[in-house]
Amino acid sequence: MAAPRIIVVGGGLAGLAAVIKIAEAGGSVDLFSIVPVKRSHSVCAQGGINAAKNLKGEGDTTWKHFDDTVYGGDFLANQTPVKAMCEAAPAIIDLLDRMGVPFNRTPEGLLDFRRFGGTLYNRTAFAGATTGQQLLYALDEQVRRYESEGKVKKYEGWEFLSAVIDSRGVARGITAIDLRTMELRSFASEAVILATGGIGAIFGKSTNSVVCTGSAQSAVFQQGVYYANGELVQVHPTTIPGEDKLRLMSESARGEGGRVWVPRTPGDKRPVKQIPESERFYFLEEWYPKYGNLVPRDIATRAIHKVVYENHMGIDGQPMVYLDLTHIDRATLDRKLGGILDIYEKFVGVDPHEEPMKIFPGMHYTMGGVWVDFNQMTNVPGIFAVGECEYQYHGANRLGANSLLSCIYAGFISGPNVLTYAKSLPAVEGDGGHAAELTRQDELNDKLLTNEGRENPFKLWRELGDTMTKHATVIRYNKGLREADEKIVELLDRYNNMSLADRSQWANTSFAFARQLKNMLELSRVVVQGAILRDESRGAHYKPDFPERNDEKFLKTTKASFTGLADGPRFEYEEVDTQFITPRPRRYDAAS
Amino acid sequence: MANKTVTFEIKRQASPDASAVWERFELEWRPGMNVTTAMMDIAANPVTADGQPTTPVTYDSNCLEEICGSCAMRINGKARMACSALVDNLEQPIRVEPLSKFPLVRDLQVDRSVLFENLKAVKAWIPIDGTYDLGSGPRVYPQQQEVNYPLSNCISCTCCMEVCPQFNEETGFVGAATIAQVKLFNNHPTGKVLMEERLRALAGDGGIQECGFAQNCVEVCPKRIPLTNAISDVGRDVLLQKAKDFFAK
Repeated sequence: MAAPRIIVVGGGLAGLAAVIKIAEAGGSVDLFSIVPVKRSHSVCAQGGINAAKNLKGEGDTTWKHFDDTVYGGDFLANQTPVKAMCEAAPAIIDLLDRMGVPFNRTPEGLLDFRRFGGTLYNRTAFAGATTGQQLLYALDEQVRRYESEGKVKKYEGWEFLSAVIDSRGVARGITAIDLRTMELRSFASEAVILATGGIGAIFGKSTNSVVCTGSAQSAVFQQGVYYANGELVQVHPTTIPGEDKLRLMSESARGEGGRVWVPRTPGDKRPVKQIPESERFYFLEEWYPKYGNLVPRDIATRAIHKVVYENHMGIDGQPMVYLDLTHIDRATLDRKLGGILDIYEKFVGVDPHEEPMKIFPGMHYTMGGVWVDFNQMTNVPGIFAVGECEYQYHGANRLGANSLLSCIYAGFISGPNVLTYAKSLPAVEGDGGHAAELTRQDELNDKLLTNEGRENPFKLWRELGDTMTKHATVIRYNKGLREADEKIVELLDRYNNMSLADRSQWANTSFAFARQLKNMLELSRVVVQGAILRDESRGAHYKPDFPERNDEKFLKTTKASFTGLADGPRFEYEEVDTQFITPRPRRYDAAS
Repeated sequence: MANKTVTFEIKRQASPDASAVWERFELEWRPGMNVTTAMMDIAANPVTADGQPTTPVTYDSNCLEEICGSCAMRINGKARMACSALVDNLEQPIRVEPLSKFPLVRDLQVDRSVLFENLKAVKAWIPIDGTYDLGSGPRVYPQQQEVNYPLSNCISCTCCMEVCPQFNEETGFVGAATIAQVKLFNNHPTGKVLMEERLRALAGDGGIQECGFAQNCVEVCPKRIPLTNAISDVGRDVLLQKAKDFFAK
C-alpha cells in the first residue's frame, strides 16, 4: 500500500510539528504556505515556552502547570487536552534541546528557566527573547531534512483557498492558488491539517504578521466546519504602537523584572528619569501584590486601560504607560532580552536600557478557532486543525509561553492521529468533489477580477479593523458590538461593489488580499456575534454591563456554524470538560 | 497647515520579461512611518504623484518587525529590511528597488529560494535519532550558547548575498549566510556528526574559497551576525578537511 498522502496547510510551529511526525512515521506530506515556512508568524514569539521541569528547586509540577493554565483561562478550556499538553511539555523541551535550539543555559550547562505571567514558578525555557524564531528554525531544519529525503514536498508561495469535500461530507483534498502564476489547482490527499495561525488582521493593527488573516479558517467555516469561542481574543498588555502594526514587547521583559508604571501626577512634565520612586505609580504591583507585574495578560491589559481611560494617568495624557527595565544591568538585559530591546530601539529610536519604554495594549492572540475534538479533528471528517487556528488549549485567556507549547504539542499529536484516520478512510468515489470545487473557486476568482465598482479592498479592510478594535477588544458593550455587526454587514455589501486596481494574472497581491478580505469579514461576524451572546465577563472577554463570570449559563464552549443567511452564523453551546479541577473564582488580587 | 508629505520613487516591473519603469508617489507623512507603511498606503490609494492610476506594489513582507526576513529590498541604494527603514531617517526622494542578485518576480519581489537550497546542500540540521522521548539534550555551557545563539539569529534575508561582489552566476558562491549556518551546526555536540559532509560541500566550486574578503556582508547584516568571523573559522576547517581528504586517498 502506498504511503498515506497528507496535506498540511501552514508552516509555522504547529504545521511543521505535524509534518515531522507524519514524515517520521512514513507518511508523505504536501506542505502549503503563503510564505517560505521559515518566515511564518511563529518567528515573532519572543519570551519562551513553558514546561514544568522544576529545575529551580521550587517544587513545580505538571499538575501546577495544568492548574495555572486552566485557572488562567478562566476554566473555559476542556481540561483533558490541557492536562495532556502540560504533562507532555517537559519531554517536548528535551526534544527541542536535542534539535539544537540555543536555549539560554545555567552555568552548569542545563536549561535556564524564567518567570512568566500567571504563574509563581520559573517555568519558561527561552532562547534570548527570540524563542519563537529559534523553535521555528529547529523544526524548519528537521523538515528540510525530510524534504531532502523526498518525504515532504513544499508548496511555498501557494495559498489555500478551500477544502475539497466529497458527496458524503468527507475531505478529499484542497484547492490552492500559486500566488505568482495565479494558477488554480486542486490537490488530493487523505486528510488535511490546517495550521494557519491567528486572525489578527481582522483587527487591522495587531501584533500578528501580515499573513494572519484567518482566511483559511473562515473558508472551511463557510464549508461547514464549526468555529469555537470566536469571541475570545487576547489583547497583549505591552505592545509598541505603530502606524503599520503593533509590535510585541514580550512579557519576558516583566519576567526578568520589568516594572509597569505611570507618574502619580498626571501630565508630570519632568524628564522620566527625574521622577522619584515615590512619585511613580506601580499600579500592577499595588493592585496585585502577589503576582505584581506578572498577572495574566487580560488582567494587566484591563489595568492599563483603567489607568489611562478612567484615572486619566497615561503618559502626557496619551494612551501609554511605562515599561521600565532601566534598573537592570545592561549585560543581563542583553543576554536575556537582547532581541526585543533591539526591536524597540530600531522602531522607536530610544534605547530601553537607558529610558523606560512606552507601551500600550494591542490585539495579540486568538484563543478561539476552528472547533476540534481531542484528536484535533474538526466536525468535517478528514479536516484537522492545530496551533493558533484551533480553540482547544487556552480557554478564555492564554498564559504567556503556552502558545509555543500548544502549537508543538497539537502538531505532534495530530501526526499519528491523521495517519490512523487515513488507514480507515474508505476509497474515494468518483473524483471526490475536486472538479466541482475547482469550478466554484474559478468562478469566485473570475468575478473578483472582472467586477466593476468603486470600492478598494485595502480601504474596506481599514474600516473593518477600526470597528473591530473599537468594539470587540478590551471592553465590550452589546450596543457597540451590534454597531460593529451592522458595519460588517455594510462592508460585506460594499465588497460586492469592489473593483481591483490590478487585474493582471501575475503576482497580483491585491487579488489575493481581496480573497482574504471576504473571509475576514465573514469571520468577524463570528467574533462579534459570539461576544454579543456571551453576557458575562470571563478571561479576556469583559463586559462592564455583565462584570461577573456566570458559570451556570456560560461555562460553555461557543460553537458557530455558517448559514449563509443575512443574520449571520448560528450559535450553539457545548459543555466544558471540567472533570479534574472544579471551577473556582479567579482572583489574582486575593492574597491566597 | 498643509500635511507634510513624503516622496517615494519605486522601480516597477510587471513581470520578469516586462521593462522596468520608475513611479513617483507623494504620500502623507505620519510619525514612525516606515517603507512598508508607504507600500500599504499606496495599495489603499494606487495613484502616482502625477495623478496616474497604477497598481499596488508587489513586495514581500510578513512580520514587519525585522525577524521574518521577508522584506529585503534596496532602499536609497542600500540592501536592507523595508520594515525597519524609517522614513525620517532616509533622504528623499526615497528610492526603492528590488534586490538585484535574485530572479525578479514582480516589482520589489524576487525569488530568494537559492538560500534554502544552499541550506539543504550543507545539511543545515541536527541529525536527531527521532522525536520520541529520548531524554535530555547534550549539555551546552553558556559560553558555547553565547557563540551559537547569534549565528542562529540569521533571518535568511539574503542582504549579505546581495552586497557580496562574489555572489553571482559566474562563481556560484553560496554566500555568507550559509557558511555561518555551517559553523553553527558544526559547533553543536550532535550537529558535528555531519561536519565532514558540510565542509566538503563548501570545498568545491562555489564554496568558501570564492569569498573575496570584501567584508560587505558583515556590514549590511541587520542582525549583526559575525559573518566574516564565521567565514574565517569555517574556511580554516575546510582547508583542514581538504588536507585530511588528500592524505586519506
